[in-house]
Amino acid sequence: MATSPGGLKRFYAVFVVMALAGLGALGYLLAKPATVSIPVNVTIQPADTAGFHGYVKGDSTAPVEITEFADYQCPFCQTFATLQMPTIEERLIKTGRLRWRYRDFPLQQHSFSWLAAHSAACADDQGRFWDQHQRIYEGQAEWSAARDGAGIFRGYAKAIGLDLGRYDSCMSSGKFAGRIQASQEEGSRLGVASTPTLVVGGRLYQGRFDSDAIIHLVDSLAPRAAK
Amino acid sequence: MNFRMGAALLSLLGLFVSAYLYLYKIGRIGTLACGTGACETVQASAGSRFAGVEVALIGVAGYSALVLVSLASLQPSLVARRWPVALLAGLAGLGVGFTAYLTYLELFVIHAICRWCVTSAAIIVAILALALLELRASSRRQAA
Repeated sequence: MATSPGGLKRFYAVFVVMALAGLGALGYLLAKPATVSIPVNVTIQPADTAGFHGYVKGDSTAPVEITEFADYQCPFCQTFATLQMPTIEERLIKTGRLRWRYRDFPLQQHSFSWLAAHSAACADDQGRFWDQHQRIYEGQAEWSAARDGAGIFRGYAKAIGLDLGRYDSCMSSGKFAGRIQASQEEGSRLGVASTPTLVVGGRLYQGRFDSDAIIHLVDSLAPRAAK
Repeated sequence: MNFRMGAALLSLLGLFVSAYLYLYKIGRIGTLACGTGACETVQASAGSRFAGVEVALIGVAGYSALVLVSLASLQPSLVARRWPVALLAGLAGLGVGFTAYLTYLELFVIHAICRWCVTSAAIIVAILALALLELRASSRRQAA
């Protein structure tokens, strides 16, 4: 193989330019503000679900419990959370008639559902799940159209006063991915196929709901559950 | 530009691809430019580790070795020798075998295809092809 000195010089020039470009690209990625990606389809470990059965709001002695399986990026879930839940909270949860259990059911077609669910779980780590939950739903139109929702969720975390160091560490660890996966799989086992789905006494209610329908449902169940 | 130079440039490219995946795996890069999310699925799977070592780190080590051997094969004292290219072909052959195993895992165990892994697979196959072409050319030169 004959290589002229000129040819070798040209090769080294190309090699050095490629090396610098590659190092520059990696350096840029390392210097960029941290963004997060939550793994999906993870293997569920026993510790992921130990003692955790959803995020609960309401009196532990309330006669009726409703479990909601929902997806943060689902428009119907957003409408339900922002328009119907305040009334349900005032009339049923705060009055001790209803206990609400929220379970994650992120849908595969939504790019930020897992990230949103994990962000809320990290807020729960600091005892602020419902605040972050509400902010995420309220901002759905903003983050669902973004290139990267992680920064927006971090902004919500900051706005509700979370310790950002702990939040960042929680998000980058992806430590609640297994819990979210477990919640989704449990929903599938129960027959949940779309969001939002409410589970009341083992029965599934799918579709759009309003606060009147929920109040009517609780009215019909409360005497029976109170026996 | 000859086969050895091509192999050196491709090895460098492969080194950056595996370094990118490794930096993601150790949490230094938040998201992978992947599009489908399948890269995260592959990287989070048990198949992303081999014998307790991150596969991406094995890639970094392997491509680093290929860069060094291919650059060494271009040195004036070795340029007429056949063994550096044979070593390059041997290393690339190991890389292709390992890549075939990983591709099997992606297709039949993880059920997700990471496009960066496909890129690396194409690079390692191309390096092996260049090394084999150089070996053949070297045999012809010696016979002439």
